[in-house]
Amino acid sequence: MPQWARRNRLFVRGRCRATGAREDNLADAVATGQDTARSIPALLARNAARYSALPAYREKEFGIWQSWTWAQSAQEIRALALGMLNLGVERGDHVAIIGRNRPAHYWAIVASQMCGAVPVALYQDAAAEEMAYVMEHCGARFVVAGDQEQVDKVLEIEDQIQPLTHVMYSDKRGMRKYDHARMNALADVQAEGRAAQQRLGAELDRRIAELDYDSTCVMLYTSGTTGKPKGVVLSNRNIIETAKASSEFDRLNRNDEVLAYLPLAWVGDFIFSVGQAYWTGFTVNCPESPDTMMTDLREIGPTYFFAPPRVFEQQLTTVMIRMEDAGRVKKWLFDHFMSVARAVGPDILDGKPVGLGKRLSYWLGDLLVYGPLKNTLGYSRIRVGYTAGEAIGPEIFSFYRALGINLKQLYGQTEASVFITQQPDGEVRADTVGVPSPGVELRIAESGEVFYRSPGTFVEYYKNAESTASTKDPEGWVATGDAGFFETETGHLRIIDRAKDVGKLANGGMFAPKYVENKLKFYPAILEAVVFGAGRDRCTAFINIDLSAVGNWAERNNLSYASYQELAGHPRVYEMIRGHIEAVNESIAQDPMLSGCQIHRFLILHKELDADDGELTRTRKVRRSIIGEKFHDLIAALYDGSPEIYTETEVTYEDGRKGKIRATLRIEDAAVVPGPAPVAEAAE
Amino acid sequence: MKDMNEGYLTADGRQIGGVVMELKDITLRFGGLTAIEKISFDIRDGEIRAIIGPNGAGKSSMLNVISGFYVPSDGEVWFKGVRRGPMKPYEIARLGIARTFQNIALFDGMSVLDNIMTGRLTHMKKGLIAQAGWWFTGAAREEYENREKVERIIDFLEIQNIRKTPVGRLPYGLKKRVELARALAAEPKILLLDEPMAGMNVEEKEDMCRFVLDLNDEFGTTIVLIEHDMGVVMDLSDRVVVMDYGKKIGDGAPDEVRNNQAVVDAYLGVAHD
Repeated sequence: MPQWARRNRLFVRGRCRATGAREDNLADAVATGQDTARSIPALLARNAARYSALPAYREKEFGIWQSWTWAQSAQEIRALALGMLNLGVERGDHVAIIGRNRPAHYWAIVASQMCGAVPVALYQDAAAEEMAYVMEHCGARFVVAGDQEQVDKVLEIEDQIQPLTHVMYSDKRGMRKYDHARMNALADVQAEGRAAQQRLGAELDRRIAELDYDSTCVMLYTSGTTGKPKGVVLSNRNIIETAKASSEFDRLNRNDEVLAYLPLAWVGDFIFSVGQAYWTGFTVNCPESPDTMMTDLREIGPTYFFAPPRVFEQQLTTVMIRMEDAGRVKKWLFDHFMSVARAVGPDILDGKPVGLGKRLSYWLGDLLVYGPLKNTLGYSRIRVGYTAGEAIGPEIFSFYRALGINLKQLYGQTEASVFITQQPDGEVRADTVGVPSPGVELRIAESGEVFYRSPGTFVEYYKNAESTASTKDPEGWVATGDAGFFETETGHLRIIDRAKDVGKLANGGMFAPKYVENKLKFYPAILEAVVFGAGRDRCTAFINIDLSAVGNWAERNNLSYASYQELAGHPRVYEMIRGHIEAVNESIAQDPMLSGCQIHRFLILHKELDADDGELTRTRKVRRSIIGEKFHDLIAALYDGSPEIYTETEVTYEDGRKGKIRATLRIEDAAVVPGPAPVAEAAE
Repeated sequence: MKDMNEGYLTADGRQIGGVVMELKDITLRFGGLTAIEKISFDIRDGEIRAIIGPNGAGKSSMLNVISGFYVPSDGEVWFKGVRRGPMKPYEIARLGIARTFQNIALFDGMSVLDNIMTGRLTHMKKGLIAQAGWWFTGAAREEYENREKVERIIDFLEIQNIRKTPVGRLPYGLKKRVELARALAAEPKILLLDEPMAGMNVEEKEDMCRFVLDLNDEFGTTIVLIEHDMGVVMDLSDRVVVMDYGKKIGDGAPDEVRNNQAVVDAYLGVAHD
């Protein structure tokens, strides 16, 4: 048995892996000089030597999983880096990378760094103008584009940005007719690179050797919830230290598998699919196309998985919808064993004592329900699963944990190279985000804002010293912009809301919109909610219905509708939403600090909030100020007591054309519960 | 008109080759009804040739003549320099002519993959008994080779996510795409598309146009298409034949046809200010 396999077997058998793992890593470090790997290319060289014949990347293409070993990947990346040198990539150049998750794009990221250039990953669904801003800001001379669509976008904005030297693309399809004077396929760039090995090999080696802990590893743009996106510069130190600490925290190892399906431009994907993958040497799997993600997830069965709450929500909704249509026996089995799972599943997962009878019936449930269900979802092998970015509904969270999936939460941001806090195994709850990650120091300012300092703390915002200074103080403390507090008994951090969104109602009560919105969004029927109330005497809300959930509900209740708009305005839908809002009001009333945030009036929007219309960020966070401006007439109507309002809204289609939709929206009242808070307020 | 013997260069710079198929004085009668009357035109290697005209003009009949399904009552069909007589369907397929239908003609109960695999039948040599032998007769290897070709088409048409879905469950636009995939699986020299965009929304049409252009570009497939959407026809095609009541009333590049008075009167009409 090769040494790595034996080691990993011990790894699993040892069960209490914490100490074993650390020694193991130490042994590795001594054996191969791990300490000297001060850059991603250096880690690549280490992995190519240590794991040479083991898979580094897989991608499904032509219906088959194609794989590249670490040694092959290292060769591919080197060829690409030589090709880039050949095209004239200089130290300090920026190389923009726009495309879906494919090995070739990850290679381009590493190859750029080898050349001494800075890779900049862009969101592939960004509209051309958004791309123009980022490309102009970073001054990229080279572009790696996924396909014809991305190349077209680049050419469209060419006159708004600095001159491009060269465009490389990975998918050749439809590209034949383009002028190839300053453009060619990545495979051709690699071929030219291989041919130039004699001439440029020494230069490339020199540039790789120049890289150290402080050289820039990658530049990623923030999603821009407020204002223009900012370019976050992350050094090798940030990425490698973070990857190392987080890999040890969850005992990630060479045998783990991840599915890379989240945007390349998102820092999380960079940490999981580059940082941790290069540190531990695990395999990164790329789906065949964005539409096949669920099938590919099943086929790969990742052991380490990340998804935003939205994905878990959607999956749960799908499962529930399908169970509604299942036969009586199946439905009974499902309901019965899910109640068993809800009762004992999380305890079993956390290793708490559970009676033998309950263990037996959980075991039976696993055989009949949980096992097959996890298999269908692609979660059979998950050892560590994370969710973050938004609050996750307690029911959703406990559903997955009850099935025996070790789903945990973390709290992070681009500026921290992701990790600020995370939940250790056995201390997982829906309403906290965990304890500080290894190496991270946390403090809460008087305003309630959370500050952190860590090895992963970003270097600077590119070409924006002012923002850098206002975010990161000279001692290295960074403001998260989120308000939160530590739970005294557990030491876990709880996040309430964005610090700047936390405001005051006219009567002085605390206003935390996101807290209320999250509670609303836990209902499957509600996709998005926007709560207003800062500086006003009471709170009101916009509601976006979830078309798939409400549509299914409508079908089962014999409601006919022709469009989203019609369904959204249906009186029965209003009735259901009002029920949800009143239930939320009741739960908010329990919290003396926030009981003023109960919703008095609401309306259901006639269109889905969309990133293309600027209402959401690309990571689907609500942009309050833009929504406030765009729908000012609707907000006014929420407060002036009118029963309905006629409105016209401009919408942007996917291809950039604009249109208008008109609608008359009804506004309804919701019952509020007089909680203890107003009394307390009055007493002050 | 450009010199038609040597081929020509299209507006976007593609080289169109010589004549692959020539139709000479084709007449087609169904009893007393004359569906096509003395129509002649040619199809050149690598071009996108459109046939347009009002309903009942005889377009689909013309396509059936080209495909060999109908034998013309009069006139000659020359394919690659050989005069073509009556043929059986499998002979047509072997010649390298494939088509899609105006009304979808797929096997509803079979998966997308299996449907497309049927397009490979003419390329499979193993008979029923050899296929039963599977591993021992090389039938398995043949299947794998054909599957690879099919997978390339699936990739090309971006239908990976419905590979294993039964066709009956798919929406209309995707069925059309699967039908195109099946036709492509035969690796045709000439591809006949009967109203490929009918009943599609704008987005589906755009996708379909891109596929038609790309496959012409990548595989060099000659395409003959019938289509009612004038925007599509004028954008896609290199040359257009216009039919009306079984007669040819125009033939040429999209611009020439657009300005042809007979065509305007019969079909295009005049824009109101």
